[in-house]
Amino acid sequence: MAPLVTFERITKRFGAFTAVDDLTLAINEREFFALLGPSGCGKTTLLRLLAGFEMPDAGRVVLETQDLAGVPPYRRPVNMMFQSYALFPHLTVAGNIAFGLKQDALPKGEIAARVDEMLVLVQLSGLAGRRPDQLSGGQRQRVALARSLAKRPKVLLLDEPLAALDRKLREETRFELKDLQQRLATSFVIVTHDQDEAMALADRIAVMDRGRIAQVGTPTEIYEQPSSRWVANFVGNVNLIEGRVAQVYPGFVTIEREGLRLRVAQAEAVAPGMSAWAALRPEKIRIAHDVPQDAVDGAAENGASGVITDIGYLGTLSIYKVRLDSGLVLKAAAMNESRQAARTVRVNDRVWLSWTPDATVLLTA
Amino acid sequence: MRRFGSINLTSLALGLAFLYLPIAILVVYSFNDSRLVTIWSGASLRWYRELFNDAAMLESASVSLGIALLSATAATVLGTLAALALTRGRRFGGRLLFSGMIYAPLVMPEVITGLSLLLLFVAVDIDRGFWTIVIAHTTLTLCFVAVVVQSRLVTFDMSLEEAAMDLGCPPLRTFLTVTLPLIWPAVASGWMLAFALSLDDLVIASFVTGPGATTLPIRIYSEVRLGVKPEINAVCTIMIAVVAAGLVVASLLTKRSQARNEQAAALGARL
Amino acid sequence: MMTAKTNRHWTARLAILLPYGWLVAFFLAPFLIILKISLSQSAIAQPPYTPVFDLATGWESLKDAFSALSLDNYASIVTDRFYAWSYGKSLQVATVSTAILLLIGYPVAYALARAPRRWQATLVLLVVLPFWTSFLIRVYAWINILQHDGLLNQALIALHVIDHPVTWLATDQAVYLGIVYSYFPFMVLPLYAALEKLDDTLLEAAADLGAPPWKAFFAITVPLSLPGIVAGALLCFIPIMGEFVIPDLLGSSATAMIGQTLWMEFFANRDWPVASALAAVLLVILVTPIMIYRRREARQIDKAR
Repeated sequence: MAPLVTFERITKRFGAFTAVDDLTLAINEREFFALLGPSGCGKTTLLRLLAGFEMPDAGRVVLETQDLAGVPPYRRPVNMMFQSYALFPHLTVAGNIAFGLKQDALPKGEIAARVDEMLVLVQLSGLAGRRPDQLSGGQRQRVALARSLAKRPKVLLLDEPLAALDRKLREETRFELKDLQQRLATSFVIVTHDQDEAMALADRIAVMDRGRIAQVGTPTEIYEQPSSRWVANFVGNVNLIEGRVAQVYPGFVTIEREGLRLRVAQAEAVAPGMSAWAALRPEKIRIAHDVPQDAVDGAAENGASGVITDIGYLGTLSIYKVRLDSGLVLKAAAMNESRQAARTVRVNDRVWLSWTPDATVLLTA
Repeated sequence: MRRFGSINLTSLALGLAFLYLPIAILVVYSFNDSRLVTIWSGASLRWYRELFNDAAMLESASVSLGIALLSATAATVLGTLAALALTRGRRFGGRLLFSGMIYAPLVMPEVITGLSLLLLFVAVDIDRGFWTIVIAHTTLTLCFVAVVVQSRLVTFDMSLEEAAMDLGCPPLRTFLTVTLPLIWPAVASGWMLAFALSLDDLVIASFVTGPGATTLPIRIYSEVRLGVKPEINAVCTIMIAVVAAGLVVASLLTKRSQARNEQAAALGARL
Repeated sequence: MMTAKTNRHWTARLAILLPYGWLVAFFLAPFLIILKISLSQSAIAQPPYTPVFDLATGWESLKDAFSALSLDNYASIVTDRFYAWSYGKSLQVATVSTAILLLIGYPVAYALARAPRRWQATLVLLVVLPFWTSFLIRVYAWINILQHDGLLNQALIALHVIDHPVTWLATDQAVYLGIVYSYFPFMVLPLYAALEKLDDTLLEAAADLGAPPWKAFFAITVPLSLPGIVAGALLCFIPIMGEFVIPDLLGSSATAMIGQTLWMEFFANRDWPVASALAAVLLVILVTPIMIYRRREARQIDKAR
């Protein structure tokens, strides 16, 4: 199936600063796609290139089969929901939603029907006559959403749509947004710096860094199989353990460093003697009080002994900072299944950390 | 997507040309040797020399300057107080009337204010002359000063005053040592506005003037009615030069103090 | 901060009383006097009107003085066609000039607001600079250009647009030109202030929804700049109504605006009562726009608090 939107070798510069650097990306139909990255990585610029507010210095933007070069924003079948909502203060809610429809010179009856349909969609029926300054933040956000969907665009662009909402509202709205996208069968492209948001909403994520794409994949792929240390570090918490490749076996690799031997289940192109990193997520580490027998003998793999230096209590889970005997500090996370008083692990306890071979990812970049 | 296209550039260029062309012509012809404005007969400072020999004109200039200095200063004091009252004072009796009296003179036709003041002076039997003009100009320009200072006060950070008072500083000293230093560019530009308005005023001065108090605009006006005189070109050019210099100095000062204020604010935020 | 009203420091009270008292004495009271004089008769005396209220002459003579007040002057204003015509002329000139100022001033204000930020302060200064030079000078400059053998005619003849000099001075057009030239900053600055506050993303949203730039201008920019348009219009219309200097220097006897009529009655005819009555009627005409202007300004302060 041909992609809906393609960015072909797009470069965009602002003066001496390169915001987007020779970037190629494809977005599919009916896809919820997220552009994720730190500030300044170029994700908003990419969005604006698609909307038509910026023109690329090199490369082209293709929608279905049409090259969008030279097409101004008011002639693209793409609509955007702005971060600040950009609601017209002098128009009512209905007036705002109808604005785009009026530009297409649709008959009045049809416009009115479509406005009502949109109000029902975002659950704001009855507020049609209000003005933006009479609405709450959440209500304004829905109006902005309704306005951008009224013209049934092929692609809806959302620029940090949930950034201005408080936490509870953000979570509720996330579900509604995902639900909406699936119902409407439109492609949504969302720009966010909030990884939880990207992971919860998107079918696929493009992680961006300094104008380039670091990795594209499903949330699971990005999280469980990051392609580089940077991606592993950016998305979620991770322990990056540096070591030297000891042996390469079919199906797995052993890595060694002072006081630690890891068996990593991955076949990447490595050779013995190369330096590599094992990426290990905190929640994949098991904490136990008793040291298994083969560890005492010094032959353990994927395990180490250490002392707890700090416990961060986050309600649902706790993060344990463990200083291994070799000096390396690992972060382990565990759900708080029992209540505080009954917890068996405390600061300064000696514990045994262990994990499975497929819990680590081998990274050479 | 802030585009400054050719249409905007043309509008701006045409607008500025419209504004400056007559003034430019005036300045150029003040250096014209010929008495007739229409014929250019070489550059000379003849009219400037004649100007400096014109005792009446010079006397009017000094009268105007004196009035402007006094009325601008009085207007700045009163206008700043009025601005404070408007932005700080909570409901005090007659507040509506007060704000009405501040804003109305800004738009009121000058013939009305001039006439009303003259009638007042006659009714109270004050001799008209230098001081009545000073009073009249103060009354008119204090409203402009109030508007300028008030627009600065509205963005003033009240917590600075509260901090001072929390540390034991009574209101008057707080104003003098905390507020005033920070709003002084607005106060200064209010003073300059009042000065320029007073220097320039013709109508009100004509109504309330008396013997021996002929201001420069009154003199220029009476001479202009008799026809264009090259000497007037010279006077006007000098006035333009003085005002332009003053404005440039003022804008440089405010830019520097703004930059300093911003640096100070940034430092404060870091601490 | 200060809680109860009675807790106000004495310096604060003084700070309010000083300007308040000044304005009551020198702004409010004079209007009452205008009213009183407008009800009096002209007289060959010093001061040139009767009756004169002199508290020293006792209560009886004050009562006599009161009864001598009459509405004669107002009657003559209403019946004399010249005065009605003069008011009408003022209204015409003020309305037309304000319209021209709006048409010319809007593009310039718009260009100012869209200019790169670094230049805006300088450009605004350039627009305002002529305003700081003397008003009289600027009107006088136009006399230079518009007179019979002035530069305009010279230029037009040199460009072969006309054969012999055209009379520009002492016409209505010259008055319009002078007024538009002098009041230009009063229209441009409020418009600029309103346009400069316009949120660019609103225009992007309009474009995103399918509106080409010219449609977005009329649907979004103009309505949102309406407060600036109203402010500029009021700031020009009200004082232009009472203009005196410009029509006097650039116009003819056919452009007798009310400001000139008032001046003439006062200085030439020494008829102070009639002049006062003319001023009072002008005030009545202007009271509505002045109230609108005042209420807008008061609301601006309250909104900013």
